[in-house]
Amino acid sequence: MHDISRRRLLLGTSALGLGSALGGCDLIADGPSRSGLYGLSDTLTFATQRFLLRDQPLVREFGPEAISRVFPTINTTDPDNPDYRRSKAQGFADWRLPVSGLVERPTTFSLAELRAMPARTQITLHACEQGWSAIGGWTGVPLSHLLASIGLKREARFIVIRSVDGWWDSYDLFDALHPQTILAYGMNGSDLPVAHGAPVRLRVERQLGYKSLKYLASIEAVASVSRLSQGRGSMVSELGFSWYAGI
Amino acid sequence: MARTERRLHHPLWVRLTHWVSAGAFLALVVSGVAILLALPRLFWGETGANDAPAWIVLPLPINLEQTGWGRNLHFLAAWIFVLSGTVYGLAAVITGHFLRRLVPDRDQIRPGALACEFRDHLRLRGAGPAEPERYNALQKLAYLAVLLVLAPVMLLSGLTMSPGVTAAYPELFTLFGGRQSARTIHFLAALLLVGFLLVHLWQVLVNHPLRLMRGMITGRAPGARERL
Repeated sequence: MHDISRRRLLLGTSALGLGSALGGCDLIADGPSRSGLYGLSDTLTFATQRFLLRDQPLVREFGPEAISRVFPTINTTDPDNPDYRRSKAQGFADWRLPVSGLVERPTTFSLAELRAMPARTQITLHACEQGWSAIGGWTGVPLSHLLASIGLKREARFIVIRSVDGWWDSYDLFDALHPQTILAYGMNGSDLPVAHGAPVRLRVERQLGYKSLKYLASIEAVASVSRLSQGRGSMVSELGFSWYAGI
Repeated sequence: MARTERRLHHPLWVRLTHWVSAGAFLALVVSGVAILLALPRLFWGETGANDAPAWIVLPLPINLEQTGWGRNLHFLAAWIFVLSGTVYGLAAVITGHFLRRLVPDRDQIRPGALACEFRDHLRLRGAGPAEPERYNALQKLAYLAVLLVLAPVMLLSGLTMSPGVTAAYPELFTLFGGRQSARTIHFLAALLLVGFLLVHLWQVLVNHPLRLMRGMITGRAPGARERL
């Protein structure tokens, strides 16, 4: 209990932007950092939205009639990776998702095992940072359920997710354990198409599309992302985009 | 004798928030265009994309490389604009500036007076304010439209494009009729604000620009008739 309340305090103070005022620009303790004025405005946005979302509301969900006929695909639409190609040829029968790091029982899941877990279907609005938006239906297992099934350790603070095309991103538990954060293997009632990230993609509904990684390759629970790669928390942050994309 | 003539004096908080907001507004316009270039098409409703039918296809080049810096600058400038605007709004109400300077006086909104001012503006009379101690009615109405309509519409339509904020306040989607409608309204309101800026700059240029600039920078605005 003591540890948790201390953690809350750390989260709270840095989320209020005190961290930046004192010179650092960490959004949250042990989290991704960004220097300069953009680090400051990211921190303001993050702290404000965490306050607004403190009761963990769900995003809107639509009926099947709202599903968009046009749902663009951008970036990788068919990974050029020998293992992926082989797996795709077998209908992803040999596809495996290792979940490691700060969990009690590191486990590697097959697609069939994910499908056997409790599923959630959600028809939501996907917003891309390029400006387009589309409504799609996603079916998958909540990440919170998957992590609970193998025991997330108390010191775990972030979930790092890697994709077969080299993309990677990280999520703090606030977003990772949200009920609508799912590992989706179905789209609009069918299997997830290759262009949309088959066999399994992530859905993080309260942030822009670039946080919803496609072609999942691995999941790792960690205590800190500050020493991961450049310490900025994701591949796109290293390209100059915000780690937190709730805008 | 000329020195006793009452002229508008801009208090420090007006001058500070004016220039901070002006800088932030320019940054918002430039970065907003950079963001728009990724998808220079406008839609109504919730959804819209390159291959979906558009309401308007803007005659702008498509450029996907400008979103990174564009978004960073846009959201930083938006914070500065909102914080500066909040300080201005609070100070304007608390000090009485809002009622005293910006709300048209009763004699100004009589139909005859309004029509007369309208004619003067249409004739592009730039001979300077006939009454230097107060803003004219059209000027006041323009400021009120920016403060009470356009700025709030910009802020709210911008927030409607935020997946985080709308998770907390889905009512925003209802208010604007969907995410793409909010994006379209954000663009149209921005056009009106740029239009306001152009008229504002033109009015400064044709009405003793040096004196007005000096007034908005130092707060003191010696009149041309004072013959210093």
